[in-house]
Amino acid sequence: MKNNNLFEGVKSRRKKYILSLVVLWLIVLILFCLNMTIGEKNYSPLQVINTLTGHSSEGAYLINKLRLPRSLAAVFSGIAFGVAGNVFQTLLRNPLASPDIIGVSSGSTAAAVYCILFLNMNRSLVSVVAVIAGVLTSVLIYKIAYIHSFSANRLILVGIGTQALFTAFISWMIMSASEYDVPTAMRWMNGNLNGIVTDSLPLLIVVVISCLLAIICLRHQMVSLPLGDSYATILGIHVNLVRTVLIVLSVILIAFATAITGPIASIAFLSGPIAKRICGHNQANILSSALVGAILVLAGDFVGQHLLYTRFPVGVITGLLGGPYLIYVLVKQNKGGQL
Amino acid sequence: MNSKKTQLAYIIGISILILALFISITYGVKSVGLSDVIDAFIDSNSTDYNVNIVQARIPRSVFGLIAGAALSISGLLMQSITKNPIADPSILGVNTGASLFIVIGITFFNLQSKLSYIGVSFIGAIITALFVYKLASAGYGGPTPIKLAIAGAATSTALSSFVSLIVMPNSSVMTTYRFWQIGSIGGTSFDDIKLVLPFILIGIILSILLSNNLDTILLSEDTATALGLNVNRTKAIAAFSGVLLCATVTALAGPISFVGLMVPHIIRMVLCSNHLHLICLSGIYGASILLISDVLGRILGRPGELETGIMTAIIGGPIFIIIIRKAKVQSL
Repeated sequence: MKNNNLFEGVKSRRKKYILSLVVLWLIVLILFCLNMTIGEKNYSPLQVINTLTGHSSEGAYLINKLRLPRSLAAVFSGIAFGVAGNVFQTLLRNPLASPDIIGVSSGSTAAAVYCILFLNMNRSLVSVVAVIAGVLTSVLIYKIAYIHSFSANRLILVGIGTQALFTAFISWMIMSASEYDVPTAMRWMNGNLNGIVTDSLPLLIVVVISCLLAIICLRHQMVSLPLGDSYATILGIHVNLVRTVLIVLSVILIAFATAITGPIASIAFLSGPIAKRICGHNQANILSSALVGAILVLAGDFVGQHLLYTRFPVGVITGLLGGPYLIYVLVKQNKGGQL
Repeated sequence: MNSKKTQLAYIIGISILILALFISITYGVKSVGLSDVIDAFIDSNSTDYNVNIVQARIPRSVFGLIAGAALSISGLLMQSITKNPIADPSILGVNTGASLFIVIGITFFNLQSKLSYIGVSFIGAIITALFVYKLASAGYGGPTPIKLAIAGAATSTALSSFVSLIVMPNSSVMTTYRFWQIGSIGGTSFDDIKLVLPFILIGIILSILLSNNLDTILLSEDTATALGLNVNRTKAIAAFSGVLLCATVTALAGPISFVGLMVPHIIRMVLCSNHLHLICLSGIYGASILLISDVLGRILGRPGELETGIMTAIIGGPIFIIIIRKAKVQSL
């Protein structure tokens, strides 16, 4: 009887999780449709579908070449940032330790700004360089922080130091660049979806989906890791291997997404906690944080494009969410909760 | 404490400082000799080209000296209050808070005078400092170094989005901000020095007056209370002067990072933990480091120059990482 109750609980939590996933899916879908239909010129959803499937040529350029890549990039970069942020926060056991704060994306950004301002490279080449630089930076941070054993705290602090160093380089490049190029670089630094080119998208989509699947395969191990290395080992998990694989996958996600859209602020930082708030923390929340990430980017882009007095890149809008979230953490803490 | 060692530290520090000051005045795109420097001091109305160069460079060097000393003492105070080896105005996000308020002031309230910059920068800095400290105190174990660092970094990220939001649509503010944001002591005048000096002096004198109390707090807060010390008041005054020092410098020179982190840390490691000496030595060495970074920036960035804020980050970033690597895991 007791056993039965136990499973009842598990079942109802599962049901709740699946239900919230469905709701999140719907929100993503609605926002995607909004981004496809609304703009300088509005189209009805039917028209959009007709144009996409090739039955009609009305607004073909606008829909196929501008809005579709933009919305797809928003969805997939959102998924990438959301999942990677959640993995980092879980592994480092700190809700504030997201990759954009501990310097993982700073290497990509610095490399990309350099390529834009000084080498005048085209966009797809910039992406390649940014991916390589991002991976190298992360390896460097990990190597420097690894003395005898892995320490989450040391990794975070080394990351913050590296971040400061790269920020100085970026500021210097922006200083010495010609005034004409600066707005481009500034916008890129905050993360934005303007000028997404169609040929860079398939790679992003493939990478995001395969990394996502791999991380989902590791979900049980990921839930056990925060218990502490010794507990996880007792549960039969090869701690170092799992941790390394998870970190590598998240770094790849971050690097690819950063290379295409720039470091869209706060997505990695916020998706995990929001997903946890919605779905509870009985599971790894991988899919839910992915969907939340996609929602945040789509909504941020929509607000930045259509609802304000000038157009802002998506990163500025989503970055603004970071402040209220920190205040929320503070207020919740004063009420006696746990960080 | 080894008093001979301390004396030696003072002597070396002052010699380095004088040397740095001298190089900072004489070295540049056009280098000048010692005789020109002396001429500049003797005959202030000279029309000689080299003498004029010297006179133009003196404010920059003097401002660098003041800024270095102020930032370094500010970092020291923050480290002592939070009992945290890696506290620093830039790590704690205080600089970004000051930036945000200055940008708001310039954009919406049309602030123009440098005095008002100092005012808003101070308000922004103190609000941010309190916020970050509160945020880090949340949860288990109080404000541990790691939580302070993350809270500072996160707050900094969030605030800089607000800065972007305000700056991006205004190209005129963007141009000003772009130059201010990096942190440079170039382009300062004697008027600036006159303006900041009172604030800096208040900060330094307050911290020297507090040095005994800070020593006592370092023992343990309970002991300090038992000895009849008002711990909270001491901490509040120390925090006030720490924020005042860094906000004043930041208002005029922009955020210059890592000076306040590395100098006090190294002095504490090598020498002593007596606050009176720590404050004086941090001031001396901090000023030297800033002047030396400024000169290095001029050497490496030829024919232009690398801004001081970039140089201190390039020197300070690796030192920060070395400090972390040396620290024990438990103490983080």
